[in-house]
Amino acid sequence: MGDKTDVWQGTLALMVLKTIETLGPLHGYGIARRIEQTSGNLLSLNYGTLYPALLKLEQEGAIASEWGVSENNRKAKFYRLTRAGRKQLDKAALDWEQTTAILARFLAPSGGPA
Amino acid sequence: MKMLRALVMRLTGMVPGRRRARERELAAEIDGHLQMHIDDNLRAGMTPEAARREALVHLGGVEATKEAYRDRSTIPWLDHLLQDLRFAFRQLRKNPGFTCTAVFVMALGMCASVAIFAFVDTALIKPLPYRDQSRLVVVAETAPDYARAILSYADFEHWKKLNHVFQSIDAYALNGGFTLSTRTGAEPAAGTRVSAGFFRTLGVVPFLGRDFYPGEDSPAASPTVLISYAAWQKRFGGTNEVLGKTVTLNGSPHRIIGVLPRDFHFALYGLAEFWSTLRSSDSCEQSPGCRNLLTVARMRDGVSMKAAAADMQVVARQLQKEYPDLNGELGASVMPLRDAIVGDIRPILLVMFSGACLLLLIAGVNLTTLLFARSDGRHREIAVRSALGASSSRLFHQFATEGLVLAAAAGSLGLAGAEWGMRLLASIVPEDKLEGMPWLRELGLDHRQIAFACGISVVAGAIFAAIPWLRVSLPSLADGLRAGTRGSTGTMWQRVGAKLVTVQVALAVVLMVSSGLLGKSLYLLLHVDTGMRPGHLASAQVDWLPDRYSTDEQTVALERRVLHKIAALPGVRSAAVSLTHPVGSDWGTTGFHIVGRPDQGLHHEVISRQVSPAYFSTLGARLIEGRYFADTEDTSKPPVVIVNRTLAKRYFAGEDPIGKQVCYAWSPQTPREIVGVVDDIKEGSLENPNWPAIYTPFDQNPAGMMTVLVRTSMAEKAVLPEITVAMHQIDRDLSVHDETTMTQRINDSPAAFLHRTSAWVMGSFAGIAFVLGVVGLYGVVAYSVSQRTREIGIRIALGADPRSVYQLILREAVRVVGVGTVLGVAGALAASSLIRGLLFGVRPWDWPTLLTAITALGLAAALASFIPARRAASVDPVEALCAE
Repeated sequence: MGDKTDVWQGTLALMVLKTIETLGPLHGYGIARRIEQTSGNLLSLNYGTLYPALLKLEQEGAIASEWGVSENNRKAKFYRLTRAGRKQLDKAALDWEQTTAILARFLAPSGGPA
Repeated sequence: MKMLRALVMRLTGMVPGRRRARERELAAEIDGHLQMHIDDNLRAGMTPEAARREALVHLGGVEATKEAYRDRSTIPWLDHLLQDLRFAFRQLRKNPGFTCTAVFVMALGMCASVAIFAFVDTALIKPLPYRDQSRLVVVAETAPDYARAILSYADFEHWKKLNHVFQSIDAYALNGGFTLSTRTGAEPAAGTRVSAGFFRTLGVVPFLGRDFYPGEDSPAASPTVLISYAAWQKRFGGTNEVLGKTVTLNGSPHRIIGVLPRDFHFALYGLAEFWSTLRSSDSCEQSPGCRNLLTVARMRDGVSMKAAAADMQVVARQLQKEYPDLNGELGASVMPLRDAIVGDIRPILLVMFSGACLLLLIAGVNLTTLLFARSDGRHREIAVRSALGASSSRLFHQFATEGLVLAAAAGSLGLAGAEWGMRLLASIVPEDKLEGMPWLRELGLDHRQIAFACGISVVAGAIFAAIPWLRVSLPSLADGLRAGTRGSTGTMWQRVGAKLVTVQVALAVVLMVSSGLLGKSLYLLLHVDTGMRPGHLASAQVDWLPDRYSTDEQTVALERRVLHKIAALPGVRSAAVSLTHPVGSDWGTTGFHIVGRPDQGLHHEVISRQVSPAYFSTLGARLIEGRYFADTEDTSKPPVVIVNRTLAKRYFAGEDPIGKQVCYAWSPQTPREIVGVVDDIKEGSLENPNWPAIYTPFDQNPAGMMTVLVRTSMAEKAVLPEITVAMHQIDRDLSVHDETTMTQRINDSPAAFLHRTSAWVMGSFAGIAFVLGVVGLYGVVAYSVSQRTREIGIRIALGADPRSVYQLILREAVRVVGVGTVLGVAGALAASSLIRGLLFGVRPWDWPTLLTAITALGLAAALASFIPARRAASVDPVEALCAE
């Protein structure tokens, strides 16, 4: 586990939103699993930290939750994206892309004009 | 928007019902999460045990998750605060005795200080209703021994021309007062005459109509008048039609040109409904020796008070050279308008305020003692709680919350009490005194007082919080868990508690001595020798229309009819008239010189009164030598005067004044022979030393106004209404006012009023301080007894007799009271030299007062320590030893 990266502050919410957008309504365990898989198991995610983050998104109105039954018949709370959540996701994704693009330009090996 | 929504959700998350539902839901969700994870792990081939452990590890602990979730679902600090508040209320409810005492003591201290602060604020801090008031000054003439002398119209004109420092300088007449003609006859109306620029100098703009225009005070201009807002409402129904209406004042018609703003007041003059203009043609204004004016001036920009005073000195010297006979000794003084208005009451207010602060301090010290005692009792509770895992900051928060709850309760109670106290204090100010202190009408809680109260509450809250906290953190917490550690905590408490009580006793002595001195001053003031017998003496001022009695003969005839009519009233033994009543203001002075003296030409300002022959016998004055005036002494006889003892002593030291001749400054050609010397009558204000005075027969030198003095054989109050009726029988347009008895006049005089108020206020402060100090002492001694029950039990069991037990307990009390008293006496001496200016006839180191205060405190202290000592001496050794 030592060479795994911790989740950066503030990015967990974006990952959660994107995961729900991709997979549709999903329970907390599923979201955690999916984030780990998507990162190619490079991210170390304490599953417990996901729940306060989900609560925060729900309080902010980005996601909504309801009880349902999982694929192997376990009772679970399913989270789905709201319209506000979709907007938030689009905006956050765009911001993030811009940030990474800028950073990428800085870090490109050939460099810009000297 | 998002944040707000989240905040609302978190707030609603704190509702207890929601909280439980959320807990259940979270438990179910985490349970489902673990189950799914375990299922997956099993499917991956782990053993059930490993699968469960891996799921738990990956989650990061069930309780930690729940805790993080909880923190996010509510607002943690608010949640803690609510918990602390609930806890504080529970603690305070459990201990109603402590809570009530603490809140009450603090509220009391606060109530007193806030109420007095409100007075200080309204009188000394709040702006006056004039524009740019810091540039306004009062310019007055000074004579030797006479700081604020009254100005003649001629001098006013000279000052206007000669000064270089004032933007404008304007005058108002002190001898104001109008007779207003109404349909039902004449009635007195308050008001005075001012120079045309008076309101412009003050920066006051009429609320309706216009101001006087420059030159409107010249004899050529037709008479006009401005009215006060109150007069507009009361007499003219508050309509706009009032402008242009004509009122008849002193028999001549005046056109109303404007209404002054509602908040306008001019405390130096007092109540005024009508403001007309000064006229150089008026009799007093025409005579250069007649002094009736005071001035208000606005300094030019950049001119300092010092520069203004220096310039006025130059002007005064110039006038001395030019008019040596009239302005011989006269200088000029400049003082800020505010000082002139509140100068008298400032020291009293400041003393009262200091008294209130001392009381607040005593209350604070008293509370500190209470808190110490209480925190002792809680020592073990706190040790247990911290052993169970309460963090030290959490413990502190709890103490702080408890302190703040106490302080807030005391603060709101104190504020309510202050509001009530202010009303009480304001209501004891009689209506006529209110005219001199118009700002008191605006008395009430405003943001400054509330800020002041909040400041006190915060400090109090900090003390409330800090004391138990210090008490807990100083000795190590673990000590508290051991039983029987009372020895150590007890001595600590006794040490600090005894010191605090010492402070309380000292402060109580300071307040008691100060109030004792003020009370004694009041007594001496009310019993000062007025040179007359004030019982069975009544007086009333009578004004007449000047055009109806324009010649001296007419005035004399009127005076004789008045005296005749009043002497005939039932129960009247004798009657007299004088220019104005004794125990009045220092108004009515004149210059004089002694014929044949080398200093002839120098100016001596003395009190001058025109009196009828019976004046001295009616007042019950004491003749020292010579004779009183004869009934027949009028203008047909040689002019005579009577002087008082002070004048005889000052100007005829070692000589016999009888037979000497004096001249008034305004009639230097008429020498008047001194025929009698009378013992000093208190003509001026009660607290001032007696002034030289000259009396002339009214019939030789009739005045433009008079006050009737009546000695009665029955209750003097009953004659007052009859005087009015009798005057109206002579002339329907005579107006009678200011009718009162001499005793009342003395009791209500401004000096007596100020002394009485301060003596009462300080007296009640001292009373409260006394009770708090004694109760504090009782608390300390009683506590020490309760802590030493076991020790005393052992002593008694070993054969100690009750006397030695008494000694043991009382020794401590005696030390506390002794040290407190010594400190208190030192403090009282310092304090009383600070209030020296307020004392009348009593030295700051008045031993009887000091001894009385110490004796009273000593007796009460003896009682307060005797009760617990007796309990100690009657301790049953068996019971005491079994108690543990």
